[in-house]
Amino acid sequence: MAEPLLRVENLVCRFGGVVATDHVSLDVHSGELHAIIGPNGAGKTTLISQLTGQLLPHSGTVHFAGQDITRLAAHRRSRLGLARSFQITSLLPDFTAADNVALAAQAHDGHSFRFWGNARKERGLRETAQSALSRVGLGHRGDTVVSELSHGEQRELELAVALATRPQLLLLDEPMAGLGATESARMVTLLQELRREVTIVLVEHDMNAVFALADRITVLVYGRVIACDVPAAIRGHDEVKRAYLGDQHVVTRHD
Amino acid sequence: MLLVIEQFLNGLQFGLLLFLLAAGLTLVFGIMDFVNLAHGSLYMMGAYFAATFVAWTGNFILGALLALGATLLLGIVLEFVALRHLYNRDHLDHVLATFGLILFFNDAVRLIWGPAGLALPLPPWLTVPFQIMPGVYYPAYRLAIIGVALVVALLLYFVVMRTRIGMLIRAGASNREMIGALGINIKLLYTLVFGLGAALAGLAGLMQAPILTVQIGMGENILILAFVIIVIGGIGSIRGAFLAAIFVGMIDTLGRAFLPDLLRQVLSSTAASTAAPALSSMLIYLLMAIVLVVRPEGLFPAGRR
Amino acid sequence: MSASLNTRTIIVALVVAGLLLLPVYTTLSGNVFGLTVFTRIIIYALAAASLNLIMGYGGMMSFGHAAYLGIGGYAVGILAHEGIGSGFIQWPVALVASALFALVIGALSLRTRGVYFIMITLAFAQMAYYVASGLARYGGDDGLTIYKRSDFGGLIDLSNRVQFYYLCLFCLLGGIYLIWRIVNSRFGMVVQGLRSNERRMQAIGFPVNRYRLVCFVISGTICGLAGALLANNTDFVSPAAMYWTRSGDLMVMVILGGMGSLFGPVLGTIAFLLLEEALSQFTEYWALVMGPMLLLIVLFARGGIDGMLGRPRRG
Repeated sequence: MAEPLLRVENLVCRFGGVVATDHVSLDVHSGELHAIIGPNGAGKTTLISQLTGQLLPHSGTVHFAGQDITRLAAHRRSRLGLARSFQITSLLPDFTAADNVALAAQAHDGHSFRFWGNARKERGLRETAQSALSRVGLGHRGDTVVSELSHGEQRELELAVALATRPQLLLLDEPMAGLGATESARMVTLLQELRREVTIVLVEHDMNAVFALADRITVLVYGRVIACDVPAAIRGHDEVKRAYLGDQHVVTRHD
Repeated sequence: MLLVIEQFLNGLQFGLLLFLLAAGLTLVFGIMDFVNLAHGSLYMMGAYFAATFVAWTGNFILGALLALGATLLLGIVLEFVALRHLYNRDHLDHVLATFGLILFFNDAVRLIWGPAGLALPLPPWLTVPFQIMPGVYYPAYRLAIIGVALVVALLLYFVVMRTRIGMLIRAGASNREMIGALGINIKLLYTLVFGLGAALAGLAGLMQAPILTVQIGMGENILILAFVIIVIGGIGSIRGAFLAAIFVGMIDTLGRAFLPDLLRQVLSSTAASTAAPALSSMLIYLLMAIVLVVRPEGLFPAGRR
Repeated sequence: MSASLNTRTIIVALVVAGLLLLPVYTTLSGNVFGLTVFTRIIIYALAAASLNLIMGYGGMMSFGHAAYLGIGGYAVGILAHEGIGSGFIQWPVALVASALFALVIGALSLRTRGVYFIMITLAFAQMAYYVASGLARYGGDDGLTIYKRSDFGGLIDLSNRVQFYYLCLFCLLGGIYLIWRIVNSRFGMVVQGLRSNERRMQAIGFPVNRYRLVCFVISGTICGLAGALLANNTDFVSPAAMYWTRSGDLMVMVILGGMGSLFGPVLGTIAFLLLEEALSQFTEYWALVMGPMLLLIVLFARGGIDGMLGRPRRG
């Protein structure tokens, strides 16, 4: 098998006495959609944050496209082609949707120590922004200020921002959080399309979505990987059932 | 050697005064997330109240106690009338509003007490030199300051670490939402904490008053030192404030006392006498810069983070 | 929105026109005092505009901006004292010195955020104040008298009130134009993005502190220019120019005018200094009124003058 795009080995992260990430190892292959599931507090977001560099692990390594990125700063990882969306929407609230996306494109178009020309009038940036917005179905909302977008639109914009950085790997932290049934369905369709172009790591509570989309699923409980397999196998996995059906009940949220 | 001991004690005394000031500031910040530039004005008011009440009653201790009460009251009134409406605003609003208060207090003092400074004379029993070691004398009043400040520091430590109020204060400093969840009367707690901070600042001011001239703007320079201490010690940490205050007090005092001589060893005497005043006043800021480079979160950050 | 925007545009246009025509009025009426007052206002407006660049657009709450006023001023004063009278030397030195100070202070202060940043910029500016007070050769506490204004050969005569006024106004309008270009450039978008959401900017690939620091240095340099102007205006420079209350005044001017608005600092400075002027005519204790007024503005009129003219407060 070819070298995996993302290889995580023995990753450990502690908060005080709590081990949030407990010797996690994980391979993500180029072209796959890899879902990470687990009960609340299993350490999914913590794991994602270590992959994108917002948090540094205590030990273990992360390799991306053959390069050791364990200690690399967040912005450098983004330059390498690693993009993330945040579980709690994290955009520039006082900028328009198009500005949000254009800035992401700008970040990957050389340095920004350009002091004179009007950035909002640069056709290249605007076109990239517009196409990323159209991609997620926000083509008509470019001039709207983010704080005036609906929650569902903001989730889609998160995705457009990530896409505008032209990532090789997209780390999506609960893209369906807080979405209604129709919006969720739209997001699933969107992810179906995107997976053809880019490798995706998907953290999600919506089990219907996960099982519909994922090539492989990793199950995280108390910071530990208890299973990693194709969806059919995960469905029948004893330890997974116990983790979800025992003291921790199944989490299929439809808010 | 005598000089070294004396300067060492001076440094300790100054450091303890700085602690009284920084403790109030860091408590108020830690709990209410409120930046109070006017903290230095409370220090100044403490000194002016003391000068007035001591002259009025003719008794130093009584006057000092009255001044302490007056500053406490002033703090509570200030909190009640104006500042409590600002807690849920951003820090910039705090800075702006309390900057306005400084302007107000400075001119109010000028109007009431006049532009010239006041002197607060010590009673005779506090002016005698005290023999701390065979042949080594130190002013009794400065020793008294060290004593009082140490007792207050211990009391504060006890209150914060051992009592129910202290528990709330610590809980508030590390997790603001939690006090709300406990169903505590937050408004009252805030007023109390602010009053306590004001009283500590007033105490520092009134104790310093007999040593320096009581004058307008006296609270401003020392307020900035208190900021430096908080930055070095870590915001919201009483222990950090204490250690950093002693440290800053020592460095500042010893630097001013001995740096000129030290420089003279290395530089020509004219160059040394030119550089020394500037350099010794820079010392603590250099210290702060070093702390920032090494540990931006301060040396002893409070529980969180 | 458009209606209020127009009010704002009209007021800004009136103010600029008024500033441009003021010397005509003062020359005709012989009211020299007005020109003196407004020269000072324009210089402070430039300083406030530079602070607005980092505070309003960049979200960096610097409480030490008066330091650059002092550094720019001392560069002019010290060089003049040492017999170097040429403005072609004095002014570049003033700018470079301010830029270097901003570089060092910024590199240190930007390791922190929020209140820490406010306190640290304040402390470092106070350090500059103490250093200036310790400069015995250059007057120490008492300050340094500048016997001859910067010499620009036959180009411009700074001792001529009207010429000097127009130079200051040119610097102000030039500075605002520069800030306008910067704010709308790629660089400006990054800096404003950082004010809005730093974590997001990092995640999409920006090395955040580098951009903040460059912005901080640009702002300090512009304020250094204001310092050089101020020293020439008063023929004098002293540590008091960088006392921390001066930094506070600058902050008030920016906030009063409305943060993150291009002409806001100009309006804020005019309001603040005219109010100070008027109150001090009326009573010696003008701060007794000014102080509580600030408190009331914070409590009831957020967004400043510019906000009242219909511009929503951001962030």
